[in-house]
Amino acid sequence: MWRYLLPLAGFGVLVIFFFYGLQRDPSTIPSPLIGKPAPEFSLPDVRDPNKQVSNADYRSRMYLLNVWATWCVGCRQEHEVLMQLARTSPIPMISLNWKDERALAIRWLDQLGDPYVQSAFDQEGRVAIDWGVYGAPETFLVSADGRVLHKHIAPMTLQIWEQEFLPKIAAAKPVAERAAGTGQP
Amino acid sequence: MRALLATLLMTFALGASAIDTEQLADPTLQARYDKLVTELRCLVCQSGSIAESNAALAGDLRREVRTMLRAGKTDGEIRRFMTDRYGDFVLYRPPLTPRTWLLWFAPVLLLGIGGLVAYRVISQRARLVASDPDEPEQPGRG
Repeated sequence: MWRYLLPLAGFGVLVIFFFYGLQRDPSTIPSPLIGKPAPEFSLPDVRDPNKQVSNADYRSRMYLLNVWATWCVGCRQEHEVLMQLARTSPIPMISLNWKDERALAIRWLDQLGDPYVQSAFDQEGRVAIDWGVYGAPETFLVSADGRVLHKHIAPMTLQIWEQEFLPKIAAAKPVAERAAGTGQP
Repeated sequence: MRALLATLLMTFALGASAIDTEQLADPTLQARYDKLVTELRCLVCQSGSIAESNAALAGDLRREVRTMLRAGKTDGEIRRFMTDRYGDFVLYRPPLTPRTWLLWFAPVLLLGIGGLVAYRVISQRARLVASDPDEPEQPGRG
């Protein structure tokens, strides 16, 4: 009896192992920042080096932080979606332009449209390290009390926005604000 | 001969940190640096350490390690800096936490299971041989 049951049980364990193991994307590393205070930064503006962009200005507001660069193919891919979100979502989106060239970044925003309220220029990649960025595009959702609620690695899509971001936004927002609408695309 | 040997050793020394154009002035710091960067995983290429990666992020992380070493941070503080931002995944030697127990003890566990199975099979065989007096003691010989 055991002779037949044991291999079968072993096979069962392998099936479970692979069922869960193979569905995971090994290139997506969970962020240790989730639930923790968002790292503060103050960087020059992409468009104007004399102006500073800081997430401290968004204290007590919920905001999105999008990490992008002109050398990043996925960023080009998600840009249309970001433009759409900028039109429909009430949550401001700041951007962190990561290891890029200023002139190229400005041209990108001028030609493709600028979905961001402000864009910070992180040429050294120093702030990106604080945020645990390892591959653009990445999009963070930060709550009104300054905690990182969610991180999405890979291009933003409307499906991901609806399935991953909207529920977290709705859960974090006070009821009164929720009545005003969370921006259905 | 001695010159040849010296040249050979020099090439090895160069190869060890060929990826960096910058060296730390203090050789003990440089030695700690060389060890640390091989223990930190490159998050872009994932199967290599930041010591051997040409990815831009790996270069940034190496720069951070150098800066922290110069600032007098301990190895533990530098590792902590990395795991606070990138999680335990950046460490090639994951720490022993409840989440990694299975990872650390799986080899021992599997060895134990294997040993148990082997013990049972062998003792069963031995019993079979012992309980069958007709069987020649050394089949295949004679």
